[in-house]
Amino acid sequence: MARTAVSGRLATRLRWQAAALIERREESPTAQTLAFDLPGWAGHLPGQHVDVRLTAEDGYSTQRSYSIASAPDADRVELTVQRVPDGEVSPYLADDLMVGDAVEIRGPVGGWFVWRPEQLEPVLLIAGGSGVVPLMSMIRVRGMIGSRVPFRLLYSVRDPADRLYGPELDRGAPGLDTTWVYTRGTPDDWARPAGRLTPDDLVRWGWPADFEPTCYVCGPTGFVEAAAGMLVALGHHPDRIRTERFGPSGG
Amino acid sequence: MPIISRGFHGRKPDPGRKLPPGQYETFDFPVLSAGPTPRVSRDDWKFTVTTESGARHQWDWGRLMALPAERPTVDLHCVTKWSKFGTHWEGVSLDVLLEDVETEAEFALVHSYGGYTTNLPLEDLLDGKAWIAHRYDGEELAAEHGGPARLLVPHLYLWKSAKWVSGIQLMLEDEAGFWESAGYHEYGDPWREQRYQGD
Repeated sequence: MARTAVSGRLATRLRWQAAALIERREESPTAQTLAFDLPGWAGHLPGQHVDVRLTAEDGYSTQRSYSIASAPDADRVELTVQRVPDGEVSPYLADDLMVGDAVEIRGPVGGWFVWRPEQLEPVLLIAGGSGVVPLMSMIRVRGMIGSRVPFRLLYSVRDPADRLYGPELDRGAPGLDTTWVYTRGTPDDWARPAGRLTPDDLVRWGWPADFEPTCYVCGPTGFVEAAAGMLVALGHHPDRIRTERFGPSGG
Repeated sequence: MPIISRGFHGRKPDPGRKLPPGQYETFDFPVLSAGPTPRVSRDDWKFTVTTESGARHQWDWGRLMALPAERPTVDLHCVTKWSKFGTHWEGVSLDVLLEDVETEAEFALVHSYGGYTTNLPLEDLLDGKAWIAHRYDGEELAAEHGGPARLLVPHLYLWKSAKWVSGIQLMLEDEAGFWESAGYHEYGDPWREQRYQGD
C-alpha cells in the first residue's frame, strides 16, 4: 500500500511466453546462437537480457538469464549460449534443444547496461569471452539505425577458436574499431603477444578519458574487476563505466 | 499448461534445501555490480543515518567496531537466480544503530560509496532482520563483496543488501533506488518471486 508511492511508474508484469527455436548457429566450438520466435515481441534495448525457463516432463523447472545478442527484428530474438561444463542449463540449450522445440522466455529486463541510440558520446566496449554478447547487440543496433557514434571494441579471448561473431566483426562497419586481445594463443604473425588485457591496451585501443566515452565492460568477474579498475586508474569517471559480470555459476 | 522443453531433465535440487521459486543453489559467491568496485579505506569510512527532519547520526569505523556485533548465518537469494545457503557474517544490527534515532519515517533509501542506492520499508531493517556487516566467513569483507561494510538484509533479494554502504536516509515517502528505477521490483521478496516491476 504505502509502496504505491514508487509505483506511479509503469508496472506491467513481464509475462512468460512460449518461444520456439527457429534456427541455431555455431559461433565457436563451445557457443551456439539460438534464434527464437517470440510472437508479439515488443523489442528491446541493446544490452538487455531475458529470462529463460525450462520445464521437464515431470514438472521440474528452472530459470537462467541470457543476454540478447541480436538487434530488434520483429518477432525474432537471438541469444548466444556458451556451454558451461557441468552446467544444468547451458549444455541442454547448446547441444540438445532442436529447431521446433520450445522454451519459455520473459523480458526484456534491465535498464542500466544498455546503449540508447540517443547517446551521442563515443562508446568503449570491453568484452571478456562470452561477455561480448550484449555488446554485440549494441554494435548491431548501431549498424541497423545507421548511427555515426564512434564505437571501439576491445575483445579478449583465449585464442582464435574462442572468438564469437568473428566474421561479422572482421567485416566491421564504418566508425567501429575492433581490437582482439588474445590471452593464450594468437593467430600467426600477430603483433601483440598473448597475454591478459593491460592498461597499455586500453591507452592504445580505447578512448582517452577526456573524450568522456561511456564504457561498457562485460565478462567474468575477474576480467571485469581488472578492466574497470584500469579504466578508473586511467581517469575514466566511475559513473561512465557500466559493468555486467558473468559468475562461474552462470551455467 | 506449462511448456515442456523436450528432453530437458535438469538437476533436481537437494530436497533438504528450501529454494524460493525460480532459484537454484550455487556454492561459490558470484559478484554482481553495476560499475567499478569503489575502494574505501576504513580510515575514511563513515556511516550516516539522516532522518526526515535532517538530523544526522554518524559512525566512523572505530565507533562501529565498538558496538556489539552479531554473527548471523543466513541464506542469500540473488535476483539473477542463484541462492547460497548458510553464509556466515559478522555485523552490527540496525536495531542497535537506529536505537536512539527519532523518526516518523516509514521508508529508507540506502546509499553506497560509488553512488548506488536501494529503497525499502524501514520496518524491513528492524527487529533483527538487517545488519551493517563487516566480516564474511571469518575474514574482513572483501571490496568486491562490499567491504569495508555492506548492508545485509537477507530476507529480500540481494540487491537490497547494498555493498559499500555509506548511509541510510529515513523518509516519509518512498523513493526508488538504482535497480528499482531500472525495471526491478520495488520490494523484492524472493519467496513471492518479486524480481521485476509488476511481479
